[in-house]
Amino acid sequence: MSGVLASMIDGLLVGAVYGLAAMGLSLIWGVMDVINLTHGSMIALGMFCMYLLFAALKINAYVLLLPTIGAGLIIGLVVYWMAVHWVVGRSMLMSLLSTFAVNMMVIGIGTAVWSTSPYNVNFVLPGITVGAYTFTGNHIAAAISAVVIALALQLFLYHTRTGKAIRAVADNREAAELMGISSTVVLSIAFAIGIALACTSGALVSTLFPFTILSGGVYQLKSFVVTILAGLGKPFGALVAGVLLGLLEGVVTPFIAVSWIPLIEFGLFVVVLVAFPQGIFGKRAAA
Amino acid sequence: MILRRPFFWIILLVAAGFIYAPVHGNNVSLREDLILIAIAIILASNLNLMIGYTGYVNFGHIVFYGLGGYVGLYLTTARGWNLVLSALVAGVVVSVCAFLFGLAILRLRGAYFALATIGILQAVQAFVSNFDPWGRSTGMYLSFNSYQSLGGARHALWITYFLIIAVMTLSMIVSLAIKNSKFGLGLFAIREDEDAAVVLGVNATMYKAIIYSVSAFLPAVAGALMFFKNGMIDPSIAFEYMLSLEGIVMLMLGGQGSVIGAALGGSLYERLRSYLLTSPVLSNFHLVIAGGLLLMVVLFAPGGLIGWVYRLVPRARKVIE
Amino acid sequence: MNTILEVRGVSKRFGGLVAVSDVSFSIDEGEILGLIGPNGAGKTTLFNVVNGVYKANQGTITFAGKDITRCSPDQVVHLGLARTHQIVKPLNDLTVLDNVTVGACFGREYLDMGAARKVASEVLQRVGLERTDMMARSLTIAGKKRLEIARALAAKPKLLLLDEVLAGLNPTEVAAMIELVRKIRDSGISVLMIEHLMQAIMSLSDRIVVLNLGRKLAEGKPDEVVHNSDVVEAYLGFPDIVDKLTRME
Repeated sequence: MSGVLASMIDGLLVGAVYGLAAMGLSLIWGVMDVINLTHGSMIALGMFCMYLLFAALKINAYVLLLPTIGAGLIIGLVVYWMAVHWVVGRSMLMSLLSTFAVNMMVIGIGTAVWSTSPYNVNFVLPGITVGAYTFTGNHIAAAISAVVIALALQLFLYHTRTGKAIRAVADNREAAELMGISSTVVLSIAFAIGIALACTSGALVSTLFPFTILSGGVYQLKSFVVTILAGLGKPFGALVAGVLLGLLEGVVTPFIAVSWIPLIEFGLFVVVLVAFPQGIFGKRAAA
Repeated sequence: MILRRPFFWIILLVAAGFIYAPVHGNNVSLREDLILIAIAIILASNLNLMIGYTGYVNFGHIVFYGLGGYVGLYLTTARGWNLVLSALVAGVVVSVCAFLFGLAILRLRGAYFALATIGILQAVQAFVSNFDPWGRSTGMYLSFNSYQSLGGARHALWITYFLIIAVMTLSMIVSLAIKNSKFGLGLFAIREDEDAAVVLGVNATMYKAIIYSVSAFLPAVAGALMFFKNGMIDPSIAFEYMLSLEGIVMLMLGGQGSVIGAALGGSLYERLRSYLLTSPVLSNFHLVIAGGLLLMVVLFAPGGLIGWVYRLVPRARKVIE
Repeated sequence: MNTILEVRGVSKRFGGLVAVSDVSFSIDEGEILGLIGPNGAGKTTLFNVVNGVYKANQGTITFAGKDITRCSPDQVVHLGLARTHQIVKPLNDLTVLDNVTVGACFGREYLDMGAARKVASEVLQRVGLERTDMMARSLTIAGKKRLEIARALAAKPKLLLLDEVLAGLNPTEVAAMIELVRKIRDSGISVLMIEHLMQAIMSLSDRIVVLNLGRKLAEGKPDEVVHNSDVVEAYLGFPDIVDKLTRME
């Protein structure tokens, strides 16, 4: 039985990272009604960013999260001006396609540069041993990092001017513009933050598991599940829903062959989509 | 009625071309190229029914093709059924499932529907990977003597080719027929403003479920035929997410909403893809080029190739549908 | 006189907000019933309940003898009840003709394409929209309003619900629209219309129902209603203003 408990706690910890990833998706969706299909490739870029920084500087990977966030913000701005700015406000299909196009290009370039062989970030923190079980230090550090970043985001959105501006634009773009808020600037910042969150979650994943440029896809799908579970607009909701998803995985893994897990996750996904229009916690933007 | 549309005869002409070209000179490599194009046209045309006509973006469209492949291969291999019957039954089974699932997920609008279709694709793939009678993640192989009933392997490949061309032709004819029918008008109304359509008397719930299941039928039949021809199937090649998305790229390239747009987009993209994948230099960049193309289309020419033609020659709309 | 629509004790709540509360009235065949009241009184909500977009929490709605309380909007149109929207909903990427053909195809007579197209052309002529090959998105606001009405008429309704058809129109367009509504009634279609333009309501309506805060405040002939002190207080302002307004034709 305690094997299940250990698995659950592990799941909880990894779930925090799922939550962080989902926050990026949810923020962009909630603020500009764009479903960011570059999300997966941005997570993968975050993985490689951490890899490159670590290979070059060889210092504590968790310190390297800061430049990773910076890189993510820059990448986010580039993607925004390349593809997103022009489709905000157009039909959902257009924004899905333009972000998907960028995704294809990033994956294409990534495959050309890094091929599809697995990479690793070999930075290991000492674990914590409780009884017969050891919780890897990396898992704990990843979870703590995710929570800290989520708190920072919450503070930013609710206690700074820019954050307020973002929430205003999310609520009603025209009204915000009438109040003198430049929606373009705000949208680009919000998008950049969303991408930075994705990159950071990727960077955290890189310290946990081996990865390739294609690894982002799995986390993108998990982010969708988490975002739908949580509803839009509340970053903390995404974090909690992510943890729940991780917990679910942790509970189920000892009993069921790993190959059934995608079926459970996607089955859950579709059921929640159809049965809970509001998500389980928050509200949805108009479809 | 439909026989009066000039485009109907253009479709038949194209089909005749597809049949004549490889047969004349017994050109097997041309046949192999054309069959890929035909599959692309089948997938894009049927996807157009959902995206172009009804305005519902189906990201998981390939699930019909893959599932049809599985049902078809199962019936021919494990049950020894005749190919045509297996393919038809595969089509019926998959479209009935689509109708039932459709009733549930078509209640969702816009992006939520798109996500649900991704969820269904992934869930089906995960399910099939665990499903014993269908070989789990290893999949199924066709026993060689299945070809015997069709007169041997070489003969069987030609027969399968003609059947797929028939499915391609049917796909385009069905698209054309729906576009000019009352049912089609109802779909367009749903696309433009679903709430207004309902207030005007369109039974949107039923119409959407019907078109979803119609859009599943021919791809499922094609899947059954194609995987029979290839002799094997497994979850990763049956339910390739990328193929699903490429279907959408084809549609956007050619011009969603028109029969020819789907066909053109399918053909052009398929040619581009084959060329890129076989070129030593460019094969790594297949995704980059495809992505770049898609971005260009979305940003500058959302009506696709045909949209551009229609703008230049508005009268073309009546003939080239 | 036969009753074409009977609304009895209808209430509609959205969570804690009561939008319509215990409203009852009826419409006779060939009548034009005006529905007025301040913004937020529940008029459009009432329309939405009558035509099935919302389900009533309480009460019944009977149309031409049939209980339509639980019917969906598409079922209601097939029975002969059509409506227009306050904020017009043209089918933008379809032509004007196609827009109205939709109405004829899926309306009370459920015609096939050929017959529907003919009905659509004829209705468009009646309504005064000539350029039928134009894309609906290119119409002016007045044109779009006419399109709304044409679509509803193409469904061959027995009762037409008009939601603020005059809003946003200039005086010439208003006069033309008032004429059109009269012609519609004269052709045998009963009308329930929401309007804010007092002179229009006064000149067109046979009777008026006044809603305020979701409840029926008054009902009766136009002259009685506008001099009703509750109505004046809630909506009109001063009693004299009504006489002034109605003289401003």
